[in-house]
Amino acid sequence: MATAAIEVPRKSEAGARAIRRDPPLVRWGLTVLALGALGAFIVLPLAAVFVQAFAKGVPAYLAAIREPDTLSAIKLSLLVAGVSVPLNVVFGVAAAWAIAKFQFKGKNVLVTLIDIPFAVSPVVSGLIFVLIFGAQGWFGEWLSDHDIRIVFAVPGIILATTFVTFPFVARELIPLMQSQGSDEEEAALTLGASGWQMFFKITLPNIRWGLLYGVVLCTARALGEFGAVSVVSGHIRGQTNTLPLHVEILYNEYNYSGAFAVASLLSVIAVITLTLKKFLEWKTKEGAK
Amino acid sequence: MSIEVSHIRKFYGTFAALQDVSLRIEKGELVALLGPSGSGKTSLLRIIAGLEVPDSGSIHLNDEDATNATARERQVGFVFQHYALFRHLTVAENVAFGLRLRPRATRPAEAEIRERVRKLLDLIQLDWLGDRYPHQLSGGQRQRVALARALAVEPRVLLLDEPFGALDAKVRKELRRWLRRLHDDLHIASVFVTHDQEEALEVADRVAIMDHGKIVQMGTPAEVYDNPANAFVYQFLGDVNLFHGRAEAESSVSYVRPYELEITRQTETVNGAVLAKVRHIAAAGPAVRLELLREDTGHALEAEISRDRYRELRLSIGDTVGVTARNVRVFAKQ
Amino acid sequence: MSISFKKPSILPGFWPAFSYTVLYLSLIVLIPLSAVFLKSVTSSWAHLWEVVTSPEVVASYKLSFGASLVAGLVSVVVGFLVAWVLVRYQFPGKALADALVDLPFALPTAVAGIALTTLYTEHGWLGRYLAPLGIKVAFTPLGVVVALTFIGLPFVVRSVQPVLADADAELEEAAASLGASRWQVFRLVIFPVVRPALLTGFALAFARALGEYGSVIFIAGNMPMKTEITPLLIVSKLEQYDYAGATAIAAVMLTASFLMLLAINALERRTRRFMVMG
Repeated sequence: MATAAIEVPRKSEAGARAIRRDPPLVRWGLTVLALGALGAFIVLPLAAVFVQAFAKGVPAYLAAIREPDTLSAIKLSLLVAGVSVPLNVVFGVAAAWAIAKFQFKGKNVLVTLIDIPFAVSPVVSGLIFVLIFGAQGWFGEWLSDHDIRIVFAVPGIILATTFVTFPFVARELIPLMQSQGSDEEEAALTLGASGWQMFFKITLPNIRWGLLYGVVLCTARALGEFGAVSVVSGHIRGQTNTLPLHVEILYNEYNYSGAFAVASLLSVIAVITLTLKKFLEWKTKEGAK
Repeated sequence: MSIEVSHIRKFYGTFAALQDVSLRIEKGELVALLGPSGSGKTSLLRIIAGLEVPDSGSIHLNDEDATNATARERQVGFVFQHYALFRHLTVAENVAFGLRLRPRATRPAEAEIRERVRKLLDLIQLDWLGDRYPHQLSGGQRQRVALARALAVEPRVLLLDEPFGALDAKVRKELRRWLRRLHDDLHIASVFVTHDQEEALEVADRVAIMDHGKIVQMGTPAEVYDNPANAFVYQFLGDVNLFHGRAEAESSVSYVRPYELEITRQTETVNGAVLAKVRHIAAAGPAVRLELLREDTGHALEAEISRDRYRELRLSIGDTVGVTARNVRVFAKQ
Repeated sequence: MSISFKKPSILPGFWPAFSYTVLYLSLIVLIPLSAVFLKSVTSSWAHLWEVVTSPEVVASYKLSFGASLVAGLVSVVVGFLVAWVLVRYQFPGKALADALVDLPFALPTAVAGIALTTLYTEHGWLGRYLAPLGIKVAFTPLGVVVALTFIGLPFVVRSVQPVLADADAELEEAAASLGASRWQVFRLVIFPVVRPALLTGFALAFARALGEYGSVIFIAGNMPMKTEITPLLIVSKLEQYDYAGATAIAAVMLTASFLMLLAINALERRTRRFMVMG
């Protein structure tokens, strides 16, 4: 789906051809309309986050961030991303290798199956792990007998996050590796490379920017996931609260400035993500030469 | 180092890419695999290199069975059609790649690797481009780097897939002569794939002409050109006219090359000539090409005559001329 | 000439990579998802039917479906406009505008949810101008539409943009040389090229909107029968420990998601073919 596709719009030819030079009135009218829409739909919400975050001044902002529950939410979010992103990176590389470089039956089915988590509602993504590991779930009894907690605990949050971010890296790498073909790998083999030498010296360097792009998108989503994590977390303050869940709790307690302060952290991450995304799109375009 | 290919078959699904192909290439020979696209020539080359697995048959390198050897074990130098240069490595790093991969025991010292790279870059006359990246090079330069990279590991045979296919006409001519000289210096068995008959006939010691997954004829350029085995080879090696004489068997077809048509000023069918009308004259170039329309059958003919002869005849469009064939080839209908 | 599962290749590593892919896919995605369907058949069909057709749930379908549809359509119009301007015109700050389009992808949904709510309440930056006109956004179905449009917009822009950028100027020149007016060129040449991409963008936005949770629940207000979306009902059933009920609704949603996924795949294949042909 479009979330993960590399969008590298060609350098536009606007203005280069007479046919594409619309009358100034049309041009300016449409530009103003489009920018107005972007402003109202996208810039204003972002601005609102920061304005509300600092509504009670900088000291209040810093206090909200330094609060122990906030700090533990930051730690948990980082832990969750730190586990689920590497898992999905290994999977993504393996899947892309099998799918992009080989011809086999049922390939399209496999690609569609990999996309499933994008199509599933976040809430359902969380629910499935409750159904398996929850008190009434498949393994519920066994788990409680052995005193293992998965749902309403950190492992459940990691599982749900891994599910939600599952396709990102694979989705990024499959088209990239397909477009690069297998010539360079074959050349490496004829020059005497072993399988791993070929992979680490040729394949990996060739996909590095695309891989990083996938990692950036995957990490952003892992840190920001709300619906799925909300279902499996149990909302235990200081224990199973990720950053987005903490935003919700503060907001529902009418602690708006606190909620927006934490939200501003997530917004900064989002802006960094966008910047990295742009940079990596430019890099992959360079690498495609 | 010789290459022996025996009874190779290769199917893609139900499509027979190679049907019982056998050939032998001796050390020091430069052989061209020539054929139209889809004739199986690239598949054959890739099978020799170990890049593709045949369904049956065997490959011997230096009279040792290499059928089940991997590409890595075969030690062939392969030059890819689109060069397959490693885009993240410089020219020098590309050339050194195969040497640096080797296990410590057999790897030359770094200084020696550098020296060998320098020599190879000298050889391809690109010593000043060692620090560039592939995307900064022209097509002809990339082609030579690909060749240097393949040669760096001192391959036992050299295989080239459409080596000049992506280059413009002038660079092509230069490079193919250069390749011929290089091959003579190296004295290994080399095979290159091409669909350009001029290239194959000019450069190769022997030419294997392929059609529909089979080698239809193999021989020196002169042999295949002068004694084509069938109508396909004859047509593939040059421009042709279908040329039916009067006494024509139903089961055969006759051809003649444009420069083997004699044009005379006459309006009567004497001396075995057929009459034709001049429809178009292309007078630029070393020879003059005439487009003719036979008056008896209505078939078009193409003739090539020298400029001197053209001036002598003083032809213009609409003239009726006599056409005689000097060298008609008759083949059984296929 | 054997018809085998995999075409032979000299590249190494297919079986390890393929096996790991299938194993990991099964463990993380397929087996957990099958739980929804397997769990839902453990209760009686009659009960399941009762749950998924109860008035509250049906009202949520109407809202989720209707709001997603409207939001998808708004996204198509606005997204096309934005894509057009970004591809065709030059203006200062264009690169920034282009980057901002992706913000809804990158911004956590909960953050988007509270930010939109703040903007559209009666005293919010936008709400205060809409209130005198009698337009209430926050805590109404209209609020749901606003949130889903925020989520859906980038899908349309990013589907249309590459197609518009790749469109061949010569087609337009050919049409103009044949006597077409500017508007005719747009209607008869440009629009047909972009239409499949618009449809794909709409489908992506719509599918995402159907399941969206975080950005909606804050602005919706979650009033029973009025502004409760379907995913919210799953959560509230879970909070009441009604696992069977939650699972039944989830099964309905999953079925809808799969249908959308298939439709989107078909559309994307068609878009690609169209691009290749064009």
